[in-house]
Amino acid sequence: MKNLVKTLLGASIIALSAMPASAATLDDVKKAGTLRCGVNTGLPGFGYQGDDGEWLGFDVDYCRAVAAAVFDGDGTKVQFTPLSAVQRFPALQNNEVDLLARNTTWTMNRDTALGLNFVGVNYYDGQGFMVRKDLDVTSALQLSGATVCVQSGTTTELNLTDYFRSNNMEFQPVVIESQNDVNTAYEQGRCDVLTTDASGLYASRLELANPDEHVVLPEIISKEPLGPLVRQGDEQWFDIVKWVHFGLLNAEELGVNQDNVDEMVNSENPDVRRLLGQDGNFGADVGLTNDWMVKVIKAVGNYGEIFDRNIGPDTPLKIQRGLNALWTKGGLQYAPPVR
Amino acid sequence: MSEHVSAYVSQRELPRLPAPRSEAGLIATLRKNLFATPYDSVVTIVLGIFVVWLAWNLIEWGILTAVFTGANREACVPAEGQVIGACWAFVNAKMGQFIYGLYPVAERWRIDLVHLLLVVFAVPLAIPSVPWKRLNALLLFAVYPIVALVLMTGGDFGIGGGWISFLFAIAAFVAIAVAGTSLQVSERYVRIATWLATAAIIVLFASNIVRSESFRVLGFEFTALSLVSTLLAFGSVAASVAASVTNNQRLKVLVAPVVMLAVILFLSADFGLREVPTHLWGGLSLTLVVAITGIAASLPLGILLALGRRSHLPAIKLLSIIFIEFWRGVPLITVLFMSAFMIPLLLPDGVTFNNLLRALIGVALFSAAYLAEVIRGGLQAIQKGQFEGAQALGLSYWQMMRFIIMPQALKLVIPGIVNSFISMFKDTSLVYIIGLADLLGTVRRGFADPAWITPSTAATGLVFAGFVYWVFCFGMSRYSQFIERRLETGHRR
Repeated sequence: MKNLVKTLLGASIIALSAMPASAATLDDVKKAGTLRCGVNTGLPGFGYQGDDGEWLGFDVDYCRAVAAAVFDGDGTKVQFTPLSAVQRFPALQNNEVDLLARNTTWTMNRDTALGLNFVGVNYYDGQGFMVRKDLDVTSALQLSGATVCVQSGTTTELNLTDYFRSNNMEFQPVVIESQNDVNTAYEQGRCDVLTTDASGLYASRLELANPDEHVVLPEIISKEPLGPLVRQGDEQWFDIVKWVHFGLLNAEELGVNQDNVDEMVNSENPDVRRLLGQDGNFGADVGLTNDWMVKVIKAVGNYGEIFDRNIGPDTPLKIQRGLNALWTKGGLQYAPPVR
Repeated sequence: MSEHVSAYVSQRELPRLPAPRSEAGLIATLRKNLFATPYDSVVTIVLGIFVVWLAWNLIEWGILTAVFTGANREACVPAEGQVIGACWAFVNAKMGQFIYGLYPVAERWRIDLVHLLLVVFAVPLAIPSVPWKRLNALLLFAVYPIVALVLMTGGDFGIGGGWISFLFAIAAFVAIAVAGTSLQVSERYVRIATWLATAAIIVLFASNIVRSESFRVLGFEFTALSLVSTLLAFGSVAASVAASVTNNQRLKVLVAPVVMLAVILFLSADFGLREVPTHLWGGLSLTLVVAITGIAASLPLGILLALGRRSHLPAIKLLSIIFIEFWRGVPLITVLFMSAFMIPLLLPDGVTFNNLLRALIGVALFSAAYLAEVIRGGLQAIQKGQFEGAQALGLSYWQMMRFIIMPQALKLVIPGIVNSFISMFKDTSLVYIIGLADLLGTVRRGFADPAWITPSTAATGLVFAGFVYWVFCFGMSRYSQFIERRLETGHRR
């Protein structure tokens, strides 16, 4: 329902506006001297403000990465625009931001009907389950007969029913209006299992009295691929943001990180040499400098470093890589090669 | 005449006795007010237990088990078996954001100065015994907003020819109005001045439609048509000056244009302040900007709308009714959404209009409609005799309203007006939904910082925000009661 409203709102706004696609976003950004990036008003680990008001988070670092690519390594030239869920698409469509990195699920409708393009999936999210550790449950398939706390009227509730039915398991739903109350109900022991999107589960866990007594199960039962978006109609800008994302993944795969990037420039590995602009003309082809990826990695690190710094096991959120591990390590993150 | 006093009348005054023990003292007061009947006693005891329980819980949560210092969430995460109440360390760490939003740390003194100036100008005005009220009001309502605007944004606005001609056209009309009040005035020149000012407005409209090359005159950017418009406005002012024969009048006529010139020069001057765009504003300072602008703009607008609705001129009456009923019929959230999403779609390509300014206009118009109805209620309470008496004295409409009607009507509806102000102050938190972070917004954004997520973070932040709102609203309420008592003249029960 919420999605339907959003879609209708987005669609009506498209219908009203004639969609003047400003062609050269790269030139506009360079001229303005800052990248205007739409981020979440506040989502733990993904987009939030630190004690001194500085923007931090997984999505925020994507903004900084693109800024570093455009502004010769200066990842600070970003103007962050915090956007609510209903604001995000109009803001991008109306050219109020150049890039939307705001944990947005890639769906066909959003990709095709709103005049926007998803550049890739930077975080594979999906509905997951959290249980108390002392239940000794290690897989969602052991949850038959459990009571499950779930927010009412969301796709979460639907996915839950489908998952249990398709696995021939019984469950008792405890359906509650707001997500905050769902968390409270779980904390008070009114249900055995808490379910919502996995990234949200990790944040909910922190609000519990003893976070370490709860565990997020490995199963992900729905597809919520989150990724950054740009406006349709500017292929060059689309390519830049897309290849910053792929570059970050390739850097992790090739072992290039913030600490060793200066040495890796002299590497013999042809893949590394092409990625870091030693061979070929790849950066210049999208309107950047050839050593664009060196600048990006110096500014924010590779994909794994961004993940670990903001949401990884060493942060309070303690999110496991899971689906977001590289394809070489059993995950889904896979980038086309720089060739 | 000898005094004849009956024997049973005492010859001297008896000494005064202290009140009986059952009627005076603490115990008597308690008994009379709290334990007069068995029913009273039960109510007192039940409520007493509730109050003590509430107070104890608050003290335990807010002080005894609360955490006051700490660098991150570790301080507020309860250890095994430990109970932790409020996490004031979170409020402490984020205090800068709660007050200033994302305003650059090095520039925060400017916000402090704006707040300080507000106190310096507003407090003496609010205390009846302080002299120089007229000068003080002028400073607060005319000088302060412009100074605050320059301090908060950094000033150095690139004011274009369109704005300059618009402002001078307004000044020209004010000058005409001033000249028109004089008796020894040349009608012909006033007519010329009116025509010139009208022409200035028409040319100004044309200059917004016709796109043409701009060039700089005296450092300001003009298009050909806006320059013509500005010159026409100057001509109108000159005609007004010529129309006023006496020296005294001439100076009065020049006041509005000179003030306008000063404002334009001040706003476009470069004071060396760093520009701080409005998307960095936030926290309590943003709440105050929205609330104070809304209050200051909506009161005069509300008075005009209330008068308009009671006007005998059908066009004005109809327009006022449409305006009031439209804004009263739309929820504030819708107004804010419209201001944030619809206005950009309606504006021509490339024209941007500040997000905060759009919200400010929306809030001001919205609360003006409510105030108009409150004030109309006051107007309706004034008997017809007051109007007729004023007219019999030969007062004009505006004189009658200003000296006879409004002082009485506004006094009657002080509670209603303050009610509107208080509810608007709290409604400012709705700007959160269009991405502006007011006090409540910054507090809620603080919840998303993983370094501070604990079981008690949200409760602490919300209690803090609630307390700050309460302090402001309670202050407004107390001040309004003080003013009510002061202005109270014969309506007291």
